[in-house]
Amino acid sequence: MLKPEVKCELIAILGESYVKDDMQSRVTHSYDGTPMLQSLPDAVIYPYNTQQVSEVMKVLSRQRIPVIGRGSGTNLCGGTVPVLGGVVMVMHRMNQILEVDMENLTASVQPGLNTKQFTTHVEQLGLFYPPDPSSMSISTIGGNIAECSGGLRGLKYGTTKDYVIGLEAVLANGDIIRTGGKLMKDVAGYDLTKLLVGSEGTLAIITEATLKLVPPPKYKKTMLAMYKDLNGAARTVSKIIENRIIPATLEILDNSTIRVVDAFANLGLPLQMEAILLIEQDGEIESVERDIASITAICHSEQAEQISVAESAEEAERLLTARRSAFTALARLRPTTILEDATVPRSKIADMIIEINRIAAKHQVQICTFGHAGDGNLHPTALTDARNTDEIHRVEAAFEEIFEAAISLGGTITGEHGVGMVKAPFLEWKIGRSGIEVMKAIKHAFDPFNILNPGKVFAKESRKRVVIDRG
Amino acid sequence: MDKTSEDVRLNSLTEKLRLRLDGDQLTNCMRCGFCLPACPTFAETGIEAESPRGRIALMKAVKDGIMAPDVAFEEQMNHCLGCRACEPACPADVKYGQLIEQARDAIEDHTKTHRGWVKLVRHTAFQTIFPNQKRVRWMGKGLRFYQTSGMRTLARKTGAMKMFPKHMREMEEILPDVAVQGVVEQIGILHPAKGEKIATVALFRGCLMDVLFADTNIHTVDLLTEAGFEVVIPEQQNCCGAMHAHSGEIEGARSLARSNISIFKAAGVDYIVSNAGGCGALLLEYDHLLHEDEQWKDDAMWFAERVIDVSDLLVRMGRLLVFSEREENQCVRITYQDSCHLRNVMRSSDAPRRLMRQVTGVEFVEMKEAERCCGSAGTYTLTQPVMSGQILDHKMEHVRATDAQYLLTSNPGCLLQMMHGINQHGLNGQMKAVHIVDFLHERMCGQDE
Repeated sequence: MLKPEVKCELIAILGESYVKDDMQSRVTHSYDGTPMLQSLPDAVIYPYNTQQVSEVMKVLSRQRIPVIGRGSGTNLCGGTVPVLGGVVMVMHRMNQILEVDMENLTASVQPGLNTKQFTTHVEQLGLFYPPDPSSMSISTIGGNIAECSGGLRGLKYGTTKDYVIGLEAVLANGDIIRTGGKLMKDVAGYDLTKLLVGSEGTLAIITEATLKLVPPPKYKKTMLAMYKDLNGAARTVSKIIENRIIPATLEILDNSTIRVVDAFANLGLPLQMEAILLIEQDGEIESVERDIASITAICHSEQAEQISVAESAEEAERLLTARRSAFTALARLRPTTILEDATVPRSKIADMIIEINRIAAKHQVQICTFGHAGDGNLHPTALTDARNTDEIHRVEAAFEEIFEAAISLGGTITGEHGVGMVKAPFLEWKIGRSGIEVMKAIKHAFDPFNILNPGKVFAKESRKRVVIDRG
Repeated sequence: MDKTSEDVRLNSLTEKLRLRLDGDQLTNCMRCGFCLPACPTFAETGIEAESPRGRIALMKAVKDGIMAPDVAFEEQMNHCLGCRACEPACPADVKYGQLIEQARDAIEDHTKTHRGWVKLVRHTAFQTIFPNQKRVRWMGKGLRFYQTSGMRTLARKTGAMKMFPKHMREMEEILPDVAVQGVVEQIGILHPAKGEKIATVALFRGCLMDVLFADTNIHTVDLLTEAGFEVVIPEQQNCCGAMHAHSGEIEGARSLARSNISIFKAAGVDYIVSNAGGCGALLLEYDHLLHEDEQWKDDAMWFAERVIDVSDLLVRMGRLLVFSEREENQCVRITYQDSCHLRNVMRSSDAPRRLMRQVTGVEFVEMKEAERCCGSAGTYTLTQPVMSGQILDHKMEHVRATDAQYLLTSNPGCLLQMMHGINQHGLNGQMKAVHIVDFLHERMCGQDE
């Protein structure tokens, strides 16, 4: 619990209603979207502006109290679990769109702004903000920036990092910094903007962001290709890219995922298929039609059983929404769904899927796979029960091998969820000892007393793996 | 209450919650947060504890021994509207409605915080009046006496109404005139189908529905017979038990369910038709309510499988009805407020809209967030007036924006709340709240030839 004098100081800054240390507030900020992780914070606070964040940080820094910035708590790496207690700083009251600059095609927003609300707002102005994490109807822009969220459009449009061009942030000691701005080019010193994006709340508290907007695509077309053979689907992915076609969305769903997604969204999908590809292309009408024709030919050449094109925008949206729900819909099969985030070069998709299936069989665990096939970003998802300790151990062992396999194929341990608590022991496999040292030095420069989201990214003990195969 | 007796109460409540809360359902919640945007109390406050994910976390924390079920916990459980908008939004299919009922049921057994008059009102309502249709009618008669004898005028003039809280005064103002007789007393039990019979259906007349909106029940029968259904109205039927179940009086709800099941089973009908989303949703879940009752569970299943809302039955199986404008050349604009339980539990949102669109001379305008709870939620208006009022204010902004002349609903609670909203927001004269059945009935010309 907070010391009474600290609580008084925080109340003096934020007001009594916005400093909570009752059990109800603590319990409801002890988790995020990651299964099986929970830890009580000492208090929950709700700042309203940058000045308050700055003053709060001065107090917390002086007292060496951990602080965890939180949007809607939808992340999947344990990023907002207050593992060492401290204060959870909820950004929901800082949720304004400060400006949409129609001349520069930029927007300035506060971190607590809901992502979906923002994308809808800019769409109404005839503009487009492409990052679309599956949780976008709940998640916040600040949370997306902290975790560098990806989504279904990453293949063609990139992820959050490609759209954040400026930040205002409060450092651990309370200082306010500004990085970047409404500039498309800026090489004045180190790129602190890019460094803060994806830093998982360990370097600073983001209080404002300048985002790049683009003109919306004029036309789009969504299609489904269904396969009796999963490898055919995986080969299709590689072939599409090889043929120099970059779809806006290129998703893969395996059989179990198809079944649960269909049960949730009532889409009438063919349940006997081993895999489905969900493909969307956007752009000028002629090029979209040409690409869809080429993709259709590739699908046929890889023995797709059935190909269907969405008749309307609503139908297309329904397909995409169903895909976004895949993670939790899998909980219909078993109570605990552990979603992982292994990523490989996209030419290795088929190899990775084969490996995942082999490892799952070896450890006798049920793993479904879906994901952003076009990015090489797969989400092998274990269906288990948190109460079955033996099975959980086998799941952990399987995932360890899956991460090894991903790295061996030239991939990484996380493509979009971040390291957080879950991947921390594996980080050294990916970046090596020197990489860890550099990152720790950066962390120390920003946060010398380690109060910003401590216990994340860097593990106390790394998993030892002698050879790092760089493929 | 002194410290020790409070401890004893907490321990015993903790035990009860641990026993009653379904551990599987609590584990099934993935904490993905997909429910958050669907939840009205989260939308109003932005506070995690006011969301389904938050409330489930609190229940789980109590079950896991992380926190005690203190007063704040109880209040939070009561703060939920029970609209169940989170259920269709949940990809993992967590039965939130069941969890909140289990929590409330355990709390209700232990609650010592009710003031004397609340206890008396609860006892009278749940154990004396609602379990017996005749007593509901007596209560209706009392209310009618109040309305017609001059007492109402007197109470309003002398300022006696000021003794009551503001929200209750406002509700009293909009209460419709009570019908002298219920649907059976007015039109009898058996009503043959017009033309060839499609199926035999039983009307669930509801308790308050049959006192405050008996005409709507009569109109329901007319629509059904016109569309080709033979209608019976089993006379002995009782309150569905929804108010009991939602207020933590599960045993009371179960006993009403058993009685209704045997009465409708005896009627031997193909469908049991409801015209109130709140009642229909509980009727549909009688199988869950009695799933642990070996003796009743098969009959409860028989019953639950036959429950259907009037709009759904008309659209899915009835002969096509013809509706037209009431007055020549006058186009009216209408909008629709979904009943939460009709939409989220009975999963019917399309059928009422299709019926409304079948009426010629009518322009249907969808209001923003029509699917969001209006804040009525059974007794919520009375128990949580502040939140209820806040939700209603937002609702009325969306209603006003449609510029409609008719605001249609499918549930008596929502209908009263909409009447209240219209009154409170000065929209009287511009707009009228009407049950969809009454609106359709007024415009019904017959069957399609």
